[in-house]
Amino acid sequence: MTTSNPQSFERESSWNIDQATFLKALRQRYTFDKVFATLALLAVVFSLFVLAVLLIDVFIDGIGRVNWSFLTSFPSRRPAEAGLVSALVGTVWVMVLVALITFPVGVGAGVFLEEFISDNWFARAIEINISNLAAVPSIIYGLLGLQVFVRVMFPITQGRSILSGALTLSLLVLPIVIIATRESLRAVPGSIRQAGFALGATRWQVVREHVLPLAMPGVLTGVILALSRAIGETAPLITIGALTYIPFLPELSLKGLQSPFTVLPIQIFNWVSRPQADFYSLAAGGIIVLMVVLLLMNATAIYLRNRFQK
Amino acid sequence: MTISSSPPDPSSLWKPNRKASKYVQRVVVWIFGAFALVSVATTFGIIMSLMLETINFFKTVPIWRFLTDTQWTPLFSNPQYGILVLFSATFLTAIIAISVALPLGLFSAIYLSEYAPPQLRKWLKPALEILAGVPTVVFGYFALLLVTPFLQFFIPNLGGFNALSAGLVLGVSITPLVASLSEDAIYAVPESLQKGAYALGCTKREAIVGVILPSALSGIVASCILAISRALGETMIVTLAAGQNPNLTLNPLVPIMTMTAYIVQVSLGDTPAGSIAFLSIFAVGMTLFIITLIFNIFSFWFVRTFREKYE
Amino acid sequence: MISDSMNQTLTEAALRAQNVFVYYGSTLAVRDVTLDIPKNKITAFIGPSGCGKSTILRCFNRTNDLISGARVEGKITFHGRDLYAKGVDPVEVRRRIGMVFQKPNPFPKSIYENIAFGARINGYQGNMDELVEQSLRSAAIWDEVKDKLKESGLSLSGGQQQRLCIARAIAIEPEIILMDEPCSALDPISTLKVEELMQQLKERYTIVIVTHNMQQASRVSDKTAFFNAEATDKGGKVGYLVEYDDTSTIFSNPKQEYTRDYVSGRFG
Repeated sequence: MTTSNPQSFERESSWNIDQATFLKALRQRYTFDKVFATLALLAVVFSLFVLAVLLIDVFIDGIGRVNWSFLTSFPSRRPAEAGLVSALVGTVWVMVLVALITFPVGVGAGVFLEEFISDNWFARAIEINISNLAAVPSIIYGLLGLQVFVRVMFPITQGRSILSGALTLSLLVLPIVIIATRESLRAVPGSIRQAGFALGATRWQVVREHVLPLAMPGVLTGVILALSRAIGETAPLITIGALTYIPFLPELSLKGLQSPFTVLPIQIFNWVSRPQADFYSLAAGGIIVLMVVLLLMNATAIYLRNRFQK
Repeated sequence: MTISSSPPDPSSLWKPNRKASKYVQRVVVWIFGAFALVSVATTFGIIMSLMLETINFFKTVPIWRFLTDTQWTPLFSNPQYGILVLFSATFLTAIIAISVALPLGLFSAIYLSEYAPPQLRKWLKPALEILAGVPTVVFGYFALLLVTPFLQFFIPNLGGFNALSAGLVLGVSITPLVASLSEDAIYAVPESLQKGAYALGCTKREAIVGVILPSALSGIVASCILAISRALGETMIVTLAAGQNPNLTLNPLVPIMTMTAYIVQVSLGDTPAGSIAFLSIFAVGMTLFIITLIFNIFSFWFVRTFREKYE
Repeated sequence: MISDSMNQTLTEAALRAQNVFVYYGSTLAVRDVTLDIPKNKITAFIGPSGCGKSTILRCFNRTNDLISGARVEGKITFHGRDLYAKGVDPVEVRRRIGMVFQKPNPFPKSIYENIAFGARINGYQGNMDELVEQSLRSAAIWDEVKDKLKESGLSLSGGQQQRLCIARAIAIEPEIILMDEPCSALDPISTLKVEELMQQLKERYTIVIVTHNMQQASRVSDKTAFFNAEATDKGGKVGYLVEYDDTSTIFSNPKQEYTRDYVSGRFG
């Protein structure tokens, strides 16, 4: 079989399509390719554009408000005098507590599931349970906190207190810490464990001395991501009844844990939902403060992860 | 140790306290095991606290009226609790959200995994993660104070509170979730399939649309279901931007009230514990919990059933 | 020795490689390969791993383009036209020069769709059912799958999957089929079936097969090219063509010492 035209790849074929038609169609196919690639790029660009517009809009609306007195004043009915010190302090209290609760509990649960129980039905059941919990709407955790921490555990928490809020948010973000812990433990090579066992160490000694230190950057990343989720949560705290007007700071003692509280997102929500436009710029100022804290936390997480991956 | 002319017995230098090590380990295992059980206790606690108050609620409001009434008027002298009203609102915003998030998220995933140069990808992924980390109350602010006025420019009869603007912003907020889960699914497709497609004379788009996406379909569908479930349970955007008006409507231009917005509304007020309005938020919460649970189980089942096993 | 073998080749060349060098980034992977692939024959590429036989194979349908940093120098002509000339489209090349991979890679679609997919995107106008049946028959798998065309291609056994992939390749009517160790993941019986199939296919197609298995090369091929790798100064390896001749000559009376050592199993 020879071709009449050596410059083309054409040959006889049962396909009733000739070379010219094929090439014409091919040009069209490439046009579709370009459109497709452009759409894909546009999707990313659009998402990031929205993010940029959001940040710029908030910045323009709120930067004029962010000053020392805004950070140190209590909320007020008069927009000009209002500040967010009680929300800021409340957020710090709640975040510290959430960190103190989720770190040991989350890491302990992760170590237990990954290192101490083999792949039996119990481990699988807990695993399915955790992945399901991660998808439960946060407001449902608020209802849980309202019943269990605010009402049943009233003698300990004194109701709608910092402690109730922190416990509620801890349960909410615990799955994040457990999953992150398990993933980082899984990334530690098995040979490290075997080397430890070969020296006669118990499983716990091996985990404590060799495995956990190697997994720690990943674990810390998980904890920070969990905290950055918790810091922005509003709905569950509204549900357990965090107040929006707190003209005092909690006492710096164990008693302070039982004090009523507010946090940044709730203060922002309160300002946004007021009908008077004057409060909107306060909300924007609050968002700037919240986003700065959040970005710092995320930057730390990304930094830790990049170091971890090397 | 005895002093003698001969070197000391080496075994006397080794006093492993194996009993103590074993004991410590046992204590640690028990404590950590208890920590792991916290997650089980959480699930149990959620179900119990929702169920108890929901049962109390249904003692006053018959369940069939809850499911069939078409009014939601808890403050009227003759209150009606038709969950359809809140459900339709939740559903409407979720539908709008996913019709934004699916194309945006899927195309973003395609761009990141197939087109973006590695250097650019290194910057785009964290940027999308920042978008994912923006608190929803911030998105609510954005929807209410920027997107709604912007849309009113084109749709003059758009209400100050409306499902459209809330749904659109909600969609943007779940886009990173769709993108990252879909990207994972696309990554899991073996490279050999892509090569096979190219060897048949596919262009890049044809390989992606014809082979890679169908091969990743189970993961993409699962990401979509999870995103819908997230949209159904989202609270702050819809509370701030969609309104507090229980309307049985699928019109995206008027104020509505979602299930989550209702729970927030009651929580903000001084509703005494045990009152019927107080109990109603648990019934609404239970409904929301069951719906999202069904979505999650469905997504889990879908992946299990339709995931292709590549050797 | 290469010119000798070319003189013996009286049949028309389907593909002609002239002084082909392949680079990955700045490292040279294969140097100076010149050979003609005769039409309607089976040509086998053998040699130890890292000798560049698969690399050269991938140059023939420009699948090396998909590896970032890969670069081809020299000339590979198909119907007298340089495959790497400007304006030559890789999609068009691949549509004419099909490929079967080391591991069977059926698409996770139905058996029918596996065959129809390539034809559809390349603008096939005829009766699709006929094309599917014809292709499956040509790949000697029709009888095994005719009752389950709607089932997933992944439900087949490894050997059947590989024949499905061959059917998929011939459905778009290429002139040449490149096979990159098509039997290395298969059991002996499936291997035998694929080898029988190759003998039937060579009446209509030109086949180039890369194989690790010297028995396979001697059983199925008409011509054999032996590649070897040599160490470079930088500590890497670069592949080159040692000898190219009729298969019987390569295995019974090779001209090169290296070839003799390799085919008699002294290294590799």
